Amino acid sequence: MTTAWYITAAITLVSTLMVITRHYPVHALLYLNVSLISLALLFYLMGAHFAALLQIIIYAGAIMVLFIFVIMLLNLGQETATQEKRWLKPKVWIGPCLLALILLVQFTYSLSLSKGETYINNVVEPKAVALSLFQSYMIGVQLAALLLMAAVVGAAHIGRHKRTNVHRFLQHKPDES
Amino acid sequence: MTEPYHYLLMIVLVLFTLTSVAALLIWVERRLLALWQDRCGPNRAGPLGLFIVAADTLKLFFKEDWIPPFADKRIFVVAPAIVAATVLLSFVVVPFAPNLLIADLHIGLLFFLAMSSMGVYSIVLGGWASNNKYSLLGALRGAAQMISYEVFMGLSLMGVVMLSGSFRLTDIVLAQQDYWFIFTQPLGFIIFLIAGVAETHRLPFDIPEAESELVAGFHAEYSGMKFGMFFIGEYLGITLISAMLTTLFLGGWLGPVLPPILWFILKTSAFIVLFILLRASLPRPRYDQLLEYGWKILLPLSLINLLVTGAISLLTS
Repeated sequence: MTTAWYITAAITLVSTLMVITRHYPVHALLYLNVSLISLALLFYLMGAHFAALLQIIIYAGAIMVLFIFVIMLLNLGQETATQEKRWLKPKVWIGPCLLALILLVQFTYSLSLSKGETYINNVVEPKAVALSLFQSYMIGVQLAALLLMAAVVGAAHIGRHKRTNVHRFLQHKPDES
Repeated sequence: MTEPYHYLLMIVLVLFTLTSVAALLIWVERRLLALWQDRCGPNRAGPLGLFIVAADTLKLFFKEDWIPPFADKRIFVVAPAIVAATVLLSFVVVPFAPNLLIADLHIGLLFFLAMSSMGVYSIVLGGWASNNKYSLLGALRGAAQMISYEVFMGLSLMGVVMLSGSFRLTDIVLAQQDYWFIFTQPLGFIIFLIAGVAETHRLPFDIPEAESELVAGFHAEYSGMKFGMFFIGEYLGITLISAMLTTLFLGGWLGPVLPPILWFILKTSAFIVLFILLRASLPRPRYDQLLEYGWKILLPLSLINLLVTGAISLLTS
Protein backbone atom coordinates (compact mmCIF):
# COMPACT_ATOMS: atom_id res chain seq x y z
CA MET A 1 0.00 0.00 0.00
CA THR A 2 2.81 2.37 0.95
CA THR A 3 4.67 1.56 -2.28
CA ALA A 4 1.57 2.34 -4.30
CA TRP A 5 1.26 5.60 -2.41
CA TYR A 6 4.81 6.64 -3.21
CA ILE A 7 4.49 5.70 -6.90
CA THR A 8 1.26 7.72 -7.18
CA ALA A 9 2.82 10.67 -5.36
CA ALA A 10 5.77 10.60 -7.77
CA ILE A 11 3.38 10.56 -10.75
CA THR A 12 1.51 13.52 -9.29
CA LEU A 13 4.71 15.52 -8.86
CA VAL A 14 6.11 14.71 -12.30
CA SER A 15 2.83 15.43 -14.11
CA THR A 16 2.42 18.71 -12.24
CA LEU A 17 5.95 19.68 -13.24
CA MET A 18 5.11 18.82 -16.84
CA VAL A 19 2.05 21.12 -16.66
CA ILE A 20 4.17 24.21 -16.11
CA THR A 21 6.90 23.31 -18.60
CA ARG A 22 4.79 22.33 -21.65
CA HIS A 23 4.56 24.83 -24.51
CA TYR A 24 1.32 23.54 -26.06
CA PRO A 25 -1.67 24.55 -23.87
CA VAL A 26 -3.60 21.33 -24.59
CA HIS A 27 -0.64 19.14 -23.65
CA ALA A 28 -0.27 21.09 -20.41
CA LEU A 29 -3.97 20.58 -19.66
CA LEU A 30 -3.68 16.86 -20.29
CA TYR A 31 -0.81 16.63 -17.82
CA LEU A 32 -2.93 18.60 -15.34
CA ASN A 33 -5.60 15.99 -15.87
CA VAL A 34 -3.16 13.18 -15.08
CA SER A 35 -2.11 15.10 -11.99
CA LEU A 36 -5.74 15.44 -10.83
CA ILE A 37 -6.44 11.75 -11.38
CA SER A 38 -3.33 10.66 -9.50
CA LEU A 39 -4.31 13.04 -6.70
CA ALA A 40 -7.67 11.26 -6.61
CA LEU A 41 -5.82 7.97 -6.32
CA LEU A 42 -3.84 9.40 -3.38
CA PHE A 43 -7.13 10.28 -1.67
CA TYR A 44 -8.34 6.76 -2.36
CA LEU A 45 -5.23 5.15 -0.90
CA MET A 46 -5.64 7.24 2.24
CA GLY A 47 -9.19 5.96 2.73
CA ALA A 48 -11.15 8.97 1.47
CA HIS A 49 -12.92 6.95 -1.25
CA PHE A 50 -15.83 9.31 -1.64
CA ALA A 51 -13.63 12.40 -2.02
CA ALA A 52 -11.43 10.53 -4.51
CA LEU A 53 -14.29 9.72 -6.85
CA LEU A 54 -15.79 13.20 -6.53
CA GLN A 55 -12.37 14.55 -7.48
CA ILE A 56 -12.47 12.50 -10.68
CA ILE A 57 -16.12 13.26 -11.50
CA ILE A 58 -15.95 16.99 -10.86
CA TYR A 59 -12.38 18.09 -11.52
CA ALA A 60 -11.06 15.61 -14.05
CA GLY A 61 -14.41 14.85 -15.67
CA ALA A 62 -16.18 18.20 -15.81
CA ILE A 63 -14.01 21.21 -15.06
CA MET A 64 -11.00 20.05 -17.09
CA VAL A 65 -13.24 19.21 -20.04
CA LEU A 66 -14.52 22.79 -19.93
CA PHE A 67 -10.94 24.10 -19.87
CA ILE A 68 -10.02 21.98 -22.88
CA PHE A 69 -13.26 23.05 -24.55
CA VAL A 70 -12.31 26.73 -24.22
CA ILE A 71 -8.71 26.13 -25.35
CA MET A 72 -10.02 24.23 -28.36
CA LEU A 73 -12.36 27.09 -29.23
CA LEU A 74 -9.45 29.54 -29.12
CA ASN A 75 -7.67 27.21 -31.56
CA LEU A 76 -4.17 28.02 -30.33
CA GLY A 77 -1.65 26.66 -32.76
CA GLN A 78 2.04 26.72 -33.45
CA GLU A 79 2.30 30.50 -32.95
CA THR A 80 1.20 30.34 -29.34
CA ALA A 81 3.63 27.54 -28.68
CA THR A 82 6.57 29.54 -30.07
CA GLN A 83 5.41 32.61 -28.16
CA GLU A 84 5.25 30.53 -25.01
CA LYS A 85 8.72 29.22 -25.76
CA ARG A 86 10.02 32.78 -26.06
CA TRP A 87 8.42 33.75 -22.77
CA LEU A 88 9.72 30.75 -20.86
CA LYS A 89 13.45 31.47 -21.19
CA PRO A 90 15.70 30.01 -18.49
CA LYS A 91 16.14 33.50 -17.02
CA VAL A 92 12.42 33.71 -16.23
CA TRP A 93 12.60 30.61 -14.05
CA ILE A 94 15.06 32.13 -11.52
CA GLY A 95 12.56 34.22 -9.54
CA PRO A 96 9.81 31.59 -9.09
CA CYS A 97 12.41 28.89 -8.33
CA LEU A 98 13.97 31.03 -5.60
CA LEU A 99 10.57 31.67 -3.98
CA ALA A 100 9.63 27.97 -4.24
CA LEU A 101 12.98 27.08 -2.66
CA ILE A 102 12.21 29.25 0.38
CA LEU A 103 8.86 27.49 0.72
CA LEU A 104 10.57 24.10 0.42
CA VAL A 105 13.02 24.99 3.21
CA GLN A 106 10.16 26.09 5.45
CA PHE A 107 8.23 22.94 4.61
CA THR A 108 11.12 20.58 5.40
CA TYR A 109 11.78 22.48 8.63
CA SER A 110 8.18 22.14 9.78
CA LEU A 111 8.19 18.47 8.75
CA SER A 112 11.29 17.83 10.83
CA LEU A 113 9.53 19.36 13.85
CA SER A 114 6.52 17.03 13.62
CA LYS A 115 6.48 13.69 15.43
CA GLY A 116 6.67 11.65 12.21
CA GLU A 117 3.05 10.52 12.13
CA THR A 118 2.29 7.93 9.49
CA TYR A 119 -0.97 8.07 7.61
CA ILE A 120 -3.70 5.83 8.88
CA ASN A 121 -5.77 3.90 6.41
CA ASN A 122 -9.24 4.35 7.86
CA VAL A 123 -11.99 4.24 5.27
CA VAL A 124 -14.40 7.17 5.42
CA GLU A 125 -17.92 6.14 4.43
CA PRO A 126 -20.01 8.50 2.27
CA LYS A 127 -22.49 8.68 5.13
CA ALA A 128 -19.83 10.12 7.45
CA VAL A 129 -18.94 12.77 4.85
CA ALA A 130 -22.60 13.74 4.50
CA LEU A 131 -23.13 13.91 8.27
CA SER A 132 -20.14 16.17 8.84
CA LEU A 133 -21.11 18.36 5.86
CA PHE A 134 -24.70 18.88 6.93
CA GLN A 135 -24.09 19.09 10.67
CA SER A 136 -20.82 20.70 11.67
CA TYR A 137 -19.99 22.41 8.37
CA MET A 138 -23.51 23.52 7.44
CA ILE A 139 -22.49 27.16 7.15
CA GLY A 140 -19.81 26.27 4.60
CA VAL A 141 -22.31 24.39 2.45
CA GLN A 142 -24.74 27.31 2.58
CA LEU A 143 -22.05 29.85 1.71
CA ALA A 144 -20.90 27.73 -1.24
CA ALA A 145 -24.52 27.44 -2.40
CA LEU A 146 -24.90 31.22 -2.19
CA LEU A 147 -21.73 31.76 -4.21
CA LEU A 148 -22.85 29.27 -6.86
CA MET A 149 -26.26 30.95 -7.00
CA ALA A 150 -24.58 34.29 -7.69
CA ALA A 151 -22.45 32.66 -10.40
CA VAL A 152 -25.53 31.13 -12.04
CA VAL A 153 -27.39 34.45 -12.03
CA GLY A 154 -24.33 36.18 -13.49
CA ALA A 155 -23.92 33.54 -16.21
CA ALA A 156 -27.61 33.74 -17.10
CA HIS A 157 -27.35 37.52 -17.40
CA ILE A 158 -24.20 37.48 -19.53
CA GLY A 159 -25.45 34.66 -21.73
CA ARG A 160 -28.80 36.30 -22.49
CA HIS A 161 -29.53 36.66 -26.17
CA LYS A 162 -29.86 40.17 -27.53
CA ARG A 163 -31.91 39.54 -30.63
CA THR A 164 -31.21 41.95 -33.45
CA ASN A 165 -33.39 41.84 -36.53
CA VAL A 166 -31.45 42.41 -39.69
CA HIS A 167 -34.41 42.71 -42.00
CA ARG A 168 -35.83 46.24 -42.22
CA PHE A 169 -39.46 45.10 -41.92
CA LEU A 170 -38.75 43.45 -38.58
CA GLN A 171 -36.63 46.17 -37.04
CA HIS A 172 -39.40 48.25 -35.47
CA LYS A 173 -40.92 45.24 -33.75
CA PRO A 174 -40.62 45.21 -29.94
CA ASP A 175 -37.74 43.09 -28.64
CA GLU A 176 -38.92 39.55 -28.09
CA SER A 177 -36.36 38.16 -25.75
CA MET B 1 -10.15 -20.87 -5.11
CA THR B 2 -7.65 -18.35 -3.78
CA GLU B 3 -8.40 -14.64 -4.08
CA PRO B 4 -5.89 -13.45 -6.74
CA TYR B 5 -6.68 -16.34 -9.09
CA HIS B 6 -10.38 -15.67 -8.71
CA TYR B 7 -9.84 -12.02 -9.64
CA LEU B 8 -7.68 -12.90 -12.62
CA LEU B 9 -10.18 -15.46 -13.86
CA MET B 10 -13.06 -13.01 -13.51
CA ILE B 11 -11.15 -10.27 -15.33
CA VAL B 12 -10.25 -12.52 -18.26
CA LEU B 13 -13.79 -13.89 -18.40
CA VAL B 14 -15.45 -10.46 -18.35
CA LEU B 15 -12.99 -8.98 -20.84
CA PHE B 16 -13.41 -11.87 -23.27
CA THR B 17 -17.20 -11.91 -22.99
CA LEU B 18 -17.53 -8.16 -23.41
CA THR B 19 -15.33 -7.88 -26.48
CA SER B 20 -17.14 -10.78 -28.14
CA VAL B 21 -20.51 -9.28 -27.24
CA ALA B 22 -19.45 -5.91 -28.66
CA ALA B 23 -18.33 -7.57 -31.89
CA LEU B 24 -21.50 -9.63 -32.09
CA LEU B 25 -23.60 -6.49 -31.64
CA ILE B 26 -22.42 -5.28 -35.05
CA TRP B 27 -24.23 -8.22 -36.59
CA VAL B 28 -27.24 -7.99 -34.23
CA GLU B 29 -27.71 -4.30 -34.99
CA ARG B 30 -27.51 -4.72 -38.76
CA ARG B 31 -29.88 -7.67 -38.78
CA LEU B 32 -32.43 -5.97 -36.50
CA LEU B 33 -32.30 -2.71 -38.43
CA ALA B 34 -32.87 -4.70 -41.61
CA LEU B 35 -35.83 -6.48 -40.01
CA TRP B 36 -37.46 -3.21 -39.00
CA GLN B 37 -36.83 -1.62 -42.37
CA ASP B 38 -38.11 -4.60 -44.40
CA ARG B 39 -34.72 -5.54 -45.82
CA CYS B 40 -32.62 -8.71 -45.65
CA GLY B 41 -29.50 -7.32 -44.01
CA PRO B 42 -26.18 -9.18 -44.08
CA ASN B 43 -27.10 -12.81 -44.83
CA ARG B 44 -24.36 -14.11 -47.14
CA ALA B 45 -21.32 -14.96 -45.00
CA GLY B 46 -21.91 -18.03 -42.85
CA PRO B 47 -25.16 -19.08 -41.14
CA LEU B 48 -27.56 -16.08 -40.96
CA GLY B 49 -24.67 -13.88 -42.04
CA LEU B 50 -22.93 -14.32 -38.70
CA PHE B 51 -19.42 -14.31 -40.21
CA ILE B 52 -19.88 -10.68 -41.20
CA VAL B 53 -18.37 -9.95 -37.78
CA ALA B 54 -15.14 -11.74 -38.64
CA ALA B 55 -15.10 -10.20 -42.11
CA ASP B 56 -15.57 -6.71 -40.69
CA THR B 57 -12.84 -7.18 -38.11
CA LEU B 58 -10.39 -8.57 -40.66
CA LYS B 59 -11.16 -5.70 -43.00
CA LEU B 60 -10.45 -3.16 -40.25
CA PHE B 61 -7.16 -4.87 -39.38
CA PHE B 62 -5.93 -4.87 -42.97
CA LYS B 63 -6.86 -1.29 -43.74
CA GLU B 64 -4.11 1.28 -43.91
CA ASP B 65 -3.64 2.77 -40.46
CA TRP B 66 -3.16 6.35 -41.51
CA ILE B 67 -2.24 9.24 -39.25
CA PRO B 68 -2.73 12.57 -41.01
CA PRO B 69 0.52 14.60 -41.18
CA PHE B 70 -1.26 17.66 -39.73
CA ALA B 71 -2.53 15.78 -36.68
CA ASP B 72 -1.15 15.88 -33.16
CA LYS B 73 0.23 12.34 -33.38
CA ARG B 74 0.47 11.22 -29.77
CA ILE B 75 -2.97 12.47 -28.76
CA PHE B 76 -4.44 11.16 -32.02
CA VAL B 77 -3.25 7.65 -31.12
CA VAL B 78 -4.28 7.79 -27.47
CA ALA B 79 -7.82 9.15 -28.00
CA PRO B 80 -9.51 5.98 -29.34
CA ALA B 81 -8.01 3.90 -26.55
CA ILE B 82 -9.57 6.12 -23.87
CA VAL B 83 -13.17 5.32 -24.79
CA ALA B 84 -12.67 1.55 -24.78
CA ALA B 85 -10.61 1.70 -21.59
CA THR B 86 -13.07 3.79 -19.58
CA VAL B 87 -16.07 1.70 -20.58
CA LEU B 88 -14.26 -1.56 -19.82
CA LEU B 89 -13.18 -0.13 -16.44
CA SER B 90 -16.81 0.65 -15.61
CA PHE B 91 -17.64 -3.05 -15.94
CA VAL B 92 -15.40 -3.69 -12.93
CA VAL B 93 -18.25 -2.76 -10.59
CA VAL B 94 -21.20 -4.34 -12.46
CA PRO B 95 -22.58 -7.35 -10.54
CA PHE B 96 -23.52 -9.98 -13.12
CA ALA B 97 -24.77 -12.48 -10.54
CA PRO B 98 -24.17 -13.09 -6.84
CA ASN B 99 -20.38 -13.52 -6.40
CA LEU B 100 -19.88 -13.10 -10.13
CA LEU B 101 -18.27 -9.66 -10.23
CA ILE B 102 -14.74 -8.29 -10.21
CA ALA B 103 -14.80 -5.69 -7.42
CA ASP B 104 -17.63 -4.95 -5.02
CA LEU B 105 -16.67 -1.32 -4.34
CA HIS B 106 -18.72 0.38 -1.64
CA ILE B 107 -18.89 3.41 -3.95
CA GLY B 108 -19.48 1.42 -7.12
CA LEU B 109 -22.12 3.74 -8.52
CA LEU B 110 -19.82 6.75 -8.20
CA PHE B 111 -17.06 4.77 -9.90
CA PHE B 112 -19.38 4.16 -12.85
CA LEU B 113 -20.23 7.88 -13.03
CA ALA B 114 -16.55 8.84 -12.81
CA MET B 115 -15.56 6.50 -15.62
CA SER B 116 -18.40 7.65 -17.85
CA SER B 117 -17.33 11.25 -17.30
CA MET B 118 -13.76 10.36 -18.31
CA GLY B 119 -15.10 8.93 -21.56
CA VAL B 120 -15.73 12.46 -22.85
CA TYR B 121 -12.01 12.89 -23.36
CA SER B 122 -11.85 10.39 -26.18
CA ILE B 123 -14.28 12.46 -28.28
CA VAL B 124 -12.79 15.81 -27.33
CA LEU B 125 -9.18 14.79 -27.84
CA GLY B 126 -9.90 12.74 -30.96
CA GLY B 127 -11.65 15.68 -32.56
CA TRP B 128 -9.02 18.19 -31.50
CA ALA B 129 -5.99 16.09 -32.47
CA SER B 130 -7.38 15.45 -35.96
CA ASN B 131 -6.85 19.16 -36.70
CA ASN B 132 -9.84 19.18 -39.01
CA LYS B 133 -12.71 21.65 -38.82
CA TYR B 134 -15.47 19.04 -39.01
CA SER B 135 -13.78 16.96 -36.34
CA LEU B 136 -13.36 19.99 -34.09
CA LEU B 137 -17.04 20.89 -34.46
CA GLY B 138 -17.98 17.32 -33.63
CA ALA B 139 -15.72 17.37 -30.60
CA LEU B 140 -17.20 20.64 -29.34
CA ARG B 141 -20.72 19.28 -29.71
CA GLY B 142 -19.72 16.05 -28.02
CA ALA B 143 -18.17 17.84 -25.07
CA ALA B 144 -21.20 20.09 -24.55
CA GLN B 145 -23.65 17.20 -24.91
CA MET B 146 -21.86 14.77 -22.66
CA ILE B 147 -21.12 17.26 -19.88
CA SER B 148 -24.76 18.39 -19.82
CA TYR B 149 -26.22 14.92 -19.80
CA GLU B 150 -23.81 13.70 -17.13
CA VAL B 151 -25.47 16.07 -14.69
CA PHE B 152 -28.92 14.52 -15.10
CA MET B 153 -27.44 11.06 -15.23
CA GLY B 154 -25.95 11.53 -11.77
CA LEU B 155 -29.01 13.27 -10.36
CA SER B 156 -31.47 10.69 -11.68
CA LEU B 157 -29.57 7.91 -9.92
CA MET B 158 -29.61 9.61 -6.52
CA GLY B 159 -33.23 8.54 -5.98
CA VAL B 160 -32.13 4.91 -6.26
CA VAL B 161 -29.29 5.59 -3.83
CA MET B 162 -31.73 7.17 -1.38
CA LEU B 163 -34.11 4.20 -1.51
CA SER B 164 -31.42 1.56 -1.14
CA GLY B 165 -29.20 3.59 1.20
CA SER B 166 -25.97 2.56 -0.48
CA PHE B 167 -23.66 3.26 -3.41
CA ARG B 168 -22.72 -0.42 -3.56
CA LEU B 169 -24.32 -2.02 -6.62
CA THR B 170 -24.87 -5.38 -4.91
CA ASP B 171 -26.79 -3.64 -2.13
CA ILE B 172 -28.87 -1.79 -4.70
CA VAL B 173 -29.79 -5.07 -6.40
CA LEU B 174 -30.62 -6.75 -3.09
CA ALA B 175 -32.80 -3.77 -2.08
CA GLN B 176 -35.05 -4.60 -5.05
CA GLN B 177 -36.12 -8.00 -3.76
CA ASP B 178 -39.70 -6.87 -3.02
CA TYR B 179 -40.21 -4.57 -5.98
CA TRP B 180 -38.01 -3.24 -8.75
CA PHE B 181 -36.93 0.39 -8.62
CA ILE B 182 -38.50 1.00 -12.03
CA PHE B 183 -41.88 1.06 -10.22
CA THR B 184 -40.81 3.41 -7.42
CA GLN B 185 -38.49 5.54 -9.57
CA PRO B 186 -40.17 5.69 -12.99
CA LEU B 187 -39.02 9.25 -13.61
CA GLY B 188 -35.46 8.43 -12.62
CA PHE B 189 -35.54 5.45 -14.97
CA ILE B 190 -36.69 7.52 -17.96
CA ILE B 191 -34.16 10.29 -17.30
CA PHE B 192 -31.34 7.79 -16.90
CA LEU B 193 -32.36 6.03 -20.11
CA ILE B 194 -32.32 9.30 -22.09
CA ALA B 195 -29.07 10.43 -20.48
CA GLY B 196 -27.59 7.02 -21.21
CA VAL B 197 -28.39 7.32 -24.92
CA ALA B 198 -26.84 10.80 -24.95
CA GLU B 199 -23.81 9.63 -22.98
CA THR B 200 -23.03 6.83 -25.44
CA HIS B 201 -23.87 9.28 -28.28
CA ARG B 202 -26.10 6.69 -29.89
CA LEU B 203 -28.24 7.43 -32.86
CA PRO B 204 -31.02 9.80 -31.95
CA PHE B 205 -28.33 11.78 -30.10
CA ASP B 206 -25.31 11.05 -32.29
CA ILE B 207 -24.74 14.75 -32.74
CA PRO B 208 -20.92 14.59 -32.42
CA GLU B 209 -20.94 12.42 -35.57
CA ALA B 210 -23.99 13.64 -37.50
CA GLU B 211 -22.77 12.34 -40.86
CA SER B 212 -25.17 14.46 -42.87
CA GLU B 213 -23.63 17.72 -41.63
CA LEU B 214 -20.18 16.87 -40.20
CA VAL B 215 -18.96 14.04 -42.53
CA ALA B 216 -18.23 11.75 -39.57
CA GLY B 217 -17.68 14.28 -36.81
CA PHE B 218 -14.92 13.62 -34.33
CA HIS B 219 -13.66 10.45 -36.04
CA ALA B 220 -13.62 11.76 -39.61
CA GLU B 221 -9.82 11.36 -39.83
CA TYR B 222 -9.62 7.92 -38.26
CA SER B 223 -9.14 4.71 -40.20
CA GLY B 224 -8.29 1.08 -39.63
CA MET B 225 -8.28 -0.29 -36.12
CA LYS B 226 -8.27 3.18 -34.52
CA PHE B 227 -11.72 3.75 -36.00
CA GLY B 228 -12.55 0.21 -34.92
CA MET B 229 -11.72 1.20 -31.35
CA PHE B 230 -14.30 4.02 -31.44
CA PHE B 231 -16.75 1.57 -32.97
CA ILE B 232 -16.19 -1.09 -30.32
CA GLY B 233 -16.27 1.61 -27.64
CA GLU B 234 -19.74 2.62 -28.77
CA TYR B 235 -21.08 -0.94 -28.62
CA LEU B 236 -19.41 -1.51 -25.25
CA GLY B 237 -21.08 1.70 -24.09
CA ILE B 238 -24.50 0.38 -25.11
CA THR B 239 -23.84 -2.85 -23.25
CA LEU B 240 -22.69 -0.91 -20.19
CA ILE B 241 -25.73 1.37 -20.07
CA SER B 242 -28.03 -1.63 -20.58
CA ALA B 243 -26.28 -3.51 -17.78
CA MET B 244 -26.54 -0.48 -15.49
CA LEU B 245 -30.25 0.00 -16.30
CA THR B 246 -30.78 -3.66 -15.44
CA THR B 247 -28.82 -3.43 -12.21
CA LEU B 248 -30.27 -0.15 -10.97
CA PHE B 249 -33.90 -0.32 -12.05
CA LEU B 250 -34.79 -3.86 -13.11
CA GLY B 251 -33.48 -5.83 -10.17
CA GLY B 252 -30.23 -7.05 -11.74
CA TRP B 253 -29.90 -10.79 -11.45
CA LEU B 254 -33.10 -11.21 -9.38
CA GLY B 255 -35.85 -13.32 -10.89
CA PRO B 256 -37.73 -16.59 -10.41
CA VAL B 257 -36.91 -20.09 -11.74
CA LEU B 258 -34.05 -19.28 -14.13
CA PRO B 259 -30.45 -19.00 -12.84
CA PRO B 260 -29.42 -15.42 -11.87
CA ILE B 261 -26.88 -14.89 -14.65
CA LEU B 262 -29.51 -15.81 -17.27
CA TRP B 263 -31.90 -13.22 -15.86
CA PHE B 264 -29.17 -10.60 -16.05
CA ILE B 265 -28.36 -11.47 -19.67
CA LEU B 266 -32.05 -11.49 -20.63
CA LYS B 267 -32.79 -8.07 -19.15
CA THR B 268 -29.59 -6.55 -20.55
CA SER B 269 -30.26 -7.86 -24.06
CA ALA B 270 -33.80 -6.50 -23.90
CA PHE B 271 -32.33 -3.04 -23.29
CA ILE B 272 -29.77 -3.48 -26.06
CA VAL B 273 -32.61 -4.29 -28.48
CA LEU B 274 -34.44 -1.19 -27.22
CA PHE B 275 -31.35 0.90 -28.01
CA ILE B 276 -31.28 -0.47 -31.55
CA LEU B 277 -35.01 0.16 -31.95
CA LEU B 278 -34.45 3.78 -30.88
CA ARG B 279 -31.88 4.08 -33.64
CA ALA B 280 -34.25 2.58 -36.17
CA SER B 281 -37.19 4.82 -35.34
CA LEU B 282 -36.15 8.27 -34.14
CA PRO B 283 -34.75 11.20 -36.15
CA ARG B 284 -31.79 13.18 -34.89
CA PRO B 285 -32.71 16.41 -33.05
CA ARG B 286 -30.92 19.67 -33.71
CA TYR B 287 -27.90 20.43 -31.52
CA ASP B 288 -29.43 23.40 -29.65
CA GLN B 289 -32.73 21.52 -29.25
CA LEU B 290 -30.89 18.68 -27.56
CA LEU B 291 -29.12 20.94 -25.06
CA GLU B 292 -32.24 23.01 -24.39
CA TYR B 293 -34.27 19.85 -23.84
CA GLY B 294 -31.66 18.69 -21.34
CA TRP B 295 -31.29 21.84 -19.29
CA LYS B 296 -34.90 23.08 -19.42
CA ILE B 297 -36.83 19.83 -19.03
CA LEU B 298 -34.65 17.01 -17.75
CA LEU B 299 -32.76 19.00 -15.09
CA PRO B 300 -35.89 20.37 -13.34
CA LEU B 301 -37.57 16.96 -13.62
CA SER B 302 -34.62 15.16 -12.04
CA LEU B 303 -34.49 17.75 -9.24
CA ILE B 304 -38.21 17.30 -8.57
CA ASN B 305 -37.71 13.53 -8.59
CA LEU B 306 -34.95 13.94 -6.01
CA LEU B 307 -37.08 16.22 -3.84
CA VAL B 308 -40.16 13.98 -3.88
CA THR B 309 -38.13 10.82 -3.24
CA GLY B 310 -36.39 12.51 -0.32
CA ALA B 311 -39.68 13.73 1.16
CA ILE B 312 -41.36 10.34 0.85
CA SER B 313 -38.45 8.42 2.31
CA LEU B 314 -38.35 10.91 5.21
CA LEU B 315 -42.09 10.48 5.83
CA THR B 316 -42.05 6.69 5.73
CA SER B 317 -38.94 6.17 7.83
